[in-house]
Amino acid sequence: MPVITYAQALNDALREEMRADRRIFLMGEDIGLHGGIFRVTKDLMSEFGHERVRDTPISEAGFVGLGVGAAMAGMRPVVELLFMDFALVAADQIVNQAAKLRYMAGGQVSIPLVIRTQQGGGRGNGAQHSQSFESWLAQVPGLIVVAPATPADAKGLLKSALRCGNPVVFIEHKLLYNTKGEVPQGDYTISIGKAEVKRAGRDLTIVAYSRMTLLALEAAEKLAQEGIEAEVIDLRTVEPLDMTTILDSVRGTARLLVVHESHSNCGLGAEIIARVYEEAPEALATPARRLGAKHVPIPVAEGLENAVLPQVTDIIALAKGMV
Amino acid sequence: MALALERLPEAYRQMQIIRKFEEAIRNLYSQGRIRGSFHPCVGQEGVAVGASWALRADDFLSCTYRGHGHALAKGLSPRAAMAEMLGKATGCSKGKGGSMHFTDASVGLLGANAIVGAGIPHAAGAALAMQLQGGGGTNGRIALAAFGEGAVNQGVFHETLNLIAIWKLPVILVCENNLYSEMTPSHETTAAAAQIAAGPIAAASPQTYQRAAAYGIAARQVDGNDVETMYLAVEEAAGRARAGEGATYIEAMTYRLWGHMMGDPEVYRTKEEVSQARENEPIVRLGRRLQGLGWTEAGLARLEAEAEAVIADAVQFAENSPLPKPEDAFTDVFA
Repeated sequence: MPVITYAQALNDALREEMRADRRIFLMGEDIGLHGGIFRVTKDLMSEFGHERVRDTPISEAGFVGLGVGAAMAGMRPVVELLFMDFALVAADQIVNQAAKLRYMAGGQVSIPLVIRTQQGGGRGNGAQHSQSFESWLAQVPGLIVVAPATPADAKGLLKSALRCGNPVVFIEHKLLYNTKGEVPQGDYTISIGKAEVKRAGRDLTIVAYSRMTLLALEAAEKLAQEGIEAEVIDLRTVEPLDMTTILDSVRGTARLLVVHESHSNCGLGAEIIARVYEEAPEALATPARRLGAKHVPIPVAEGLENAVLPQVTDIIALAKGMV
Repeated sequence: MALALERLPEAYRQMQIIRKFEEAIRNLYSQGRIRGSFHPCVGQEGVAVGASWALRADDFLSCTYRGHGHALAKGLSPRAAMAEMLGKATGCSKGKGGSMHFTDASVGLLGANAIVGAGIPHAAGAALAMQLQGGGGTNGRIALAAFGEGAVNQGVFHETLNLIAIWKLPVILVCENNLYSEMTPSHETTAAAAQIAAGPIAAASPQTYQRAAAYGIAARQVDGNDVETMYLAVEEAAGRARAGEGATYIEAMTYRLWGHMMGDPEVYRTKEEVSQARENEPIVRLGRRLQGLGWTEAGLARLEAEAEAVIADAVQFAENSPLPKPEDAFTDVFA
């Protein structure tokens, strides 16, 4: 299998799907001539033209709203929010409109809209360019929320998102774009709503997604050197949650640690742990734990940012305390 | 082309259907049989009928929570609309949308919207879809966004006008200027290069069409209470849009004869102002016009009675319709 970057995998997915489906077109800031700040849409304008790869004004509510309307009228728009922080500028169109119009119409319309964006810290981008909002979005009925960690998952999930016919918030991570991995050639998809066990283990379950999957795997490697075998589950899809895979694992390990980059407070860790206690209260031998960003805005200086965001050492320390 | 003279009685009947629809809802609402909010469009029927009738059946329309008139004029059945008001399974949205979200995909009605200004980009997006499907021109289908003058202070209004202008989208923007943004006179909340004195209607109103003109969009103000004027303006705008000449902004001056919603004490205006406006409302206006063309009062009363019968049938249909089942709350979230 060829080894390519996360950004290239996304680019391949867009290109292949655009070749196959005339209804797909792209809108976003600097995605055309420039090819996107992370090069995800590189060369797509030259292949598909200005009509299907549209540079927009800095006007998120406007172009996400146009995406909603175009989707209702039979197209399959992909809108790109340069940073997920900017989703708040378009929050009405995402939360009040895209997520609800089908329901409020009694099913008469569908909104096959993919909202691509990237989130997270680690680059010193500051408090308005480093946030992770997936737990807010997961609270909105009518949205599918995807956050792949690997190039293969990114490609397969983006293809599924483009084909699923519903509003999907597709969350990438700014520190993943240059990571590399094997990606199957040809047409393949990863099912929405399916987590994957990325590493098997008997002592502890670590649930993560997006970039935190890589940190969890690194932590698991180091824990193994000390004789602790952690099972790492990559959620891949944040909403709907694959509780089956989580519960199967927790029933085997009896210990659960959830790691995410968004703030711990009211985050997905709380949700996952609550569901495990609701659905399998007997499964856990020790109290479940969660690890997320500390409850302050994301700072710029490296030492400060590292103190706020989850680190591999934090995962290892928590895991050791549980087994 | 102007609205054909032989269609004027039909337009009168259609406006009466909208008026009777709202009156029936007020009656049902006062009996506690309708849940949620109701924002009547009484007095604005001329804009709704003039605009929708100038569109094709396959053109798209987005409107607002004060959009019962637009929805009915575009072709939503009064039965499905009334059943939706009563929360019945036979409603256009099966009881899930209610008064503020009338939708009928079969007649291009993308939906009424309960967030001020939010439906404007949906019409623009549908127009973009038509432009893309037409290979850069228009494939003949266009979209109309109807919104109130209260929407012109929303950011998404400006964002969408900019996108419409740069991409030459086949859109018609119909601003229904009824002088009041919810329960505040619009001239108090809207900066404008000029305030117009609206004669018998009200003291002053902001001219919003100049905002569209600033984006390079063809923009004009018309008498929205004259259904023929309204029809002609939208018909011309539709021709321009279909020819690939871009968008038109039509500021339709009208007046909201009832309050913002049920229970509005209307402290912001005088009874005299409202009673003066009643002399200029669209149904009275078209009635006078038809009489000038030879129609008798009895003839007009017959058209009104026909409208009454349509709404009585809709109410009966709605009342006799089944309620949705509780489990129906869990369908229609995803395709």
